Amino acid sequence: MTDNELIWRIAGGSGDGIDSTSQNFAKALMRSGLHVFTHRHYPSRIRGGHTYVEVRAKDEPVQSRGDGYNFLLALGDSFARNPQEEAYYGKEELKPLYENFDELREGGVLLYDQGLLDEEDVDEVGLEEAAAENGWEVVPMDLRGIAKEHGREIMRNTAGIGATAAILDIDTAPFENLIEQNMDGDMQEANLNVLHDAYEAAAELDVDHDIEMPENTHDEEQVILSGSNAISYGALDEGCRFISGYPMTPWTDVFTIMSQHLSNFGGISEQVEDEIAAAALALGASHAGVKAMSGSSGGGFALMSEPLGLAEMTETPIVLLEAMRAGPSTGMPTKPEQADLEHVLYTSQGDSARIVFAPANIRECYTQTRSAFRIAYDYQIPTIVIYDQKIQGELRNLPASHFDEEPNADPGSVLTEEEIEEAAHHSSGKFKRFLHEPEDGSNVSPRSIPGQKNGRFLATGNEHNEEGHISEDPQNRIAQMNRRLGKLDDIRADLDETAGHQTYYGPDEADYGILVWGSQQDTAFEAVDRLNENGHSVKALGVSDMMPYPVEQVSEFLESVDEALVVEMNATAQFRGLTQKEIGKYGDKMSSLLKYNGNPFEPAEIVDGFESSINGEDLAATNLKYLPAAGD
Amino acid sequence: MSAFSAIGDDREIDRDEFTPGIEPQATWCPGCGDFGVLKALKQAMPEVGKNPDEVALFTGIGCSGKLNSYFNSYGFHTIHGRSLPVARAAKLANPNLEVIAAGGDGDGYGIGGNHLIHTARENHDMTYIVFNNEIFGLTKGQTSPTSPKGHKSKTQPHGSAKSPIRPLSQSLNAGATYIARTAAVNPNQAKEIIAEAIEHDGFAHIDFLTQCPTWNKDAKHYVPYTDIQQSDEYEHDINDRQEAAEMMFQTEDKLYEGEVLTGRYYVDDQNPSYGDEKRSTGEMPEEPLAERYFDEDAEWERTYDELLHHHK
Ligand SMILES: Cc1ncc(C[n+]2csc(CCOP(=O)(O)OP(=O)(O)O)c2C)c(N)n1
Ligand code: SF4
Repeated sequence: MTDNELIWRIAGGSGDGIDSTSQNFAKALMRSGLHVFTHRHYPSRIRGGHTYVEVRAKDEPVQSRGDGYNFLLALGDSFARNPQEEAYYGKEELKPLYENFDELREGGVLLYDQGLLDEEDVDEVGLEEAAAENGWEVVPMDLRGIAKEHGREIMRNTAGIGATAAILDIDTAPFENLIEQNMDGDMQEANLNVLHDAYEAAAELDVDHDIEMPENTHDEEQVILSGSNAISYGALDEGCRFISGYPMTPWTDVFTIMSQHLSNFGGISEQVEDEIAAAALALGASHAGVKAMSGSSGGGFALMSEPLGLAEMTETPIVLLEAMRAGPSTGMPTKPEQADLEHVLYTSQGDSARIVFAPANIRECYTQTRSAFRIAYDYQIPTIVIYDQKIQGELRNLPASHFDEEPNADPGSVLTEEEIEEAAHHSSGKFKRFLHEPEDGSNVSPRSIPGQKNGRFLATGNEHNEEGHISEDPQNRIAQMNRRLGKLDDIRADLDETAGHQTYYGPDEADYGILVWGSQQDTAFEAVDRLNENGHSVKALGVSDMMPYPVEQVSEFLESVDEALVVEMNATAQFRGLTQKEIGKYGDKMSSLLKYNGNPFEPAEIVDGFESSINGEDLAATNLKYLPAAGD
Repeated sequence: MSAFSAIGDDREIDRDEFTPGIEPQATWCPGCGDFGVLKALKQAMPEVGKNPDEVALFTGIGCSGKLNSYFNSYGFHTIHGRSLPVARAAKLANPNLEVIAAGGDGDGYGIGGNHLIHTARENHDMTYIVFNNEIFGLTKGQTSPTSPKGHKSKTQPHGSAKSPIRPLSQSLNAGATYIARTAAVNPNQAKEIIAEAIEHDGFAHIDFLTQCPTWNKDAKHYVPYTDIQQSDEYEHDINDRQEAAEMMFQTEDKLYEGEVLTGRYYVDDQNPSYGDEKRSTGEMPEEPLAERYFDEDAEWERTYDELLHHHK
């Protein structure tokens, strides 16, 4: 067990306010000077059903969810207390208690709401024996009773926070401030009373535990936000003023955030009939001169495959988001997976010319969304940001200054009317929108926007000549294809110079490497620290550019180690496959550690997976899969 | 100089300006009804005072989709069935653009049917011309959503068991505010209707009957046409939705029974267009969004200044 960290798990029913309570808890801890990170687990059900959120707090930046947890606040599932439903679901209100037994660490605290759970039922699930076996400190409290006394039953969340604060000896001031900020009038007063009462009630209990609260104060102002927030803010700062979409978990989050803010920024948001339309609208807005975005999750993104190809062929810049969840088909709507990589790389007909970035954390969600817009508009190419259900919802604190960046409204290689006047035209008067050889020697042919004088051209999904007319001329075809595909090399060079999307971690010299992408990166980095502490020699590379692939950096990394473990959240090792396809060698150096049960990796799992892979032992954990090296 | 100075340029427009200087080789068959649409559209442009640089024409895929190869404006030849969503957003991005969408009956009523319903429902300010030849032309004569029941084709060798859809009734139901049918064989009426549709502030749907002599020998240009506005028989108030619906309900089958009714079926000038609606609720900026990217004085807010506050 790692010392000096709190991993507080709040469990209850979906719709019971577990999420917002945990957000406030995390924010209050951040305000008290700690670093925080949340991990969210919820069923695909709107009301009722066991859900939990973990808040991990440390005195240094938190990279990942932890291994297990050390404090459980079990509120019970209030929606399950409907006698008619019991026949179907059994005693579901108990789940938030017993379903969380497995991962509560030895010596941990288990605080449960006596008010909602009947004592005989609690006896039945074997709490007493489990507690004795694991040395848990069990604290039953009537949180519901305290809540009802001052206000409403739902405030048992606040009571739970008050009790937690007393048991862990946390100052209540940040909680009070949050309540004062978020509520007013009677609600505010009732919640404050509930908080204090529960605090006092818990303080009187003599709870003996060995959780050591970390202590620290940030030296910079912090903010706490989710990946969806960061992606949305990156888009806004890059001048995106148009979004179109259709709801699908987990992409809906960004769609909602953008829809709420866009009109205040002078932009437009459109909820439309389906995802084909959603991507088509983004294309139409971009064609007409606006920086535009759309997105979806697996199934919805499948529908976007056509407009995506049209964007490639017409060289219309757009940014698409792909928020992965477990598949195939509708799969597990609320569970993360990294299994849409190949879908995103290769969907749509023809030789693809698109860009794909996979940010690894909230910090990168912001910076890489900005990169995605810049590249899309400078190079007139669709760019996809692929992320997953884990990143979209987890909260993490980082310095506010990370976002202190100037906006960039530049729509890229768009000409003004004066420039159009000077530019190449066909003798018919049509503007040469798709020049075979642009004058600046790049592969980007400057564009005009409908409504500009003398800028007329035809955009078409068919192969076309310089002014846009449909053409099947073989020489023209080769020239246009080469120019479109040539952008990929230009973009690779640009990114290497400017962006540094790939992240190195650990000692420069190490015998072994871990290769990881997307949301699993920082968890893998935490595992690297532990492995090195355990006497191994390991470093890691987190890769974010999926297309164009950073062949050089990854080759050097693989060259420098004896063996590498590729860690990803899918069953078929898609990223390892991509790496081998792009590099064409080192297949004999790469083995895979895979997880696809709907939960992201815990650091300890990567440690175990790594140890068993270098020792050649079978994996102890049944929820992981090991794929040996394949050979070149 | 404004970023979009072509827009609103009110000099005299000649319809020949819409003909590409060097005519791309026409790939429509001789006698194809699509020529009629092209001609009527070109003739309508000077009437509405639009110049080629301020018109954005969005087409789908099919013989009909090739319209913008022969029509010299800004053009976007999109993909099968998807012209409407692309066009819609262009209009929202720059409401000053004259946005026209066009495509075939397979394109608009089959694969793109869902988009048609929703574009009509939202009442976007644009004109949609469907080249209705009751057949899939470009893919060589398969049955389309407007082919009559019993129509035999290579994919329906036993004769289609499906009734044709009633596209205009459907658009009326969905919320289109200008609904008309015209035909390539009625060039004057066609020109007038297109001009009126362009000037209409809302979603205008024109079902344009075009013969396909190559795949549909029974094409409608052999049968008698009645201009509904000139006939005493069909008196209905074209501003009354219920009367229009009734009239269309009673007469649409005649399209398949010999006589063809053309003319304006329904016109609603009272309903605000989608853009106006969105502007009135503050959901959309007053000024054309696309202009902002060219405006050197435009201020681009940072999320840092506004939004991040809530995360502290
Ligand atoms: C997604 C997709 N499906 C099928 C096609 C093939 N296709 C091209 S044109 C066409 C039908 C065109 O018929 P219609 O819309 O009536 O237009 P017409 O050619 O008669 O003008 C089809 C099915 C395609 N291009 N894309
Ligand atoms: S196939 Fe029919 S619709 Fe197509 S060009 Fe020929 S006549 Fe016209």
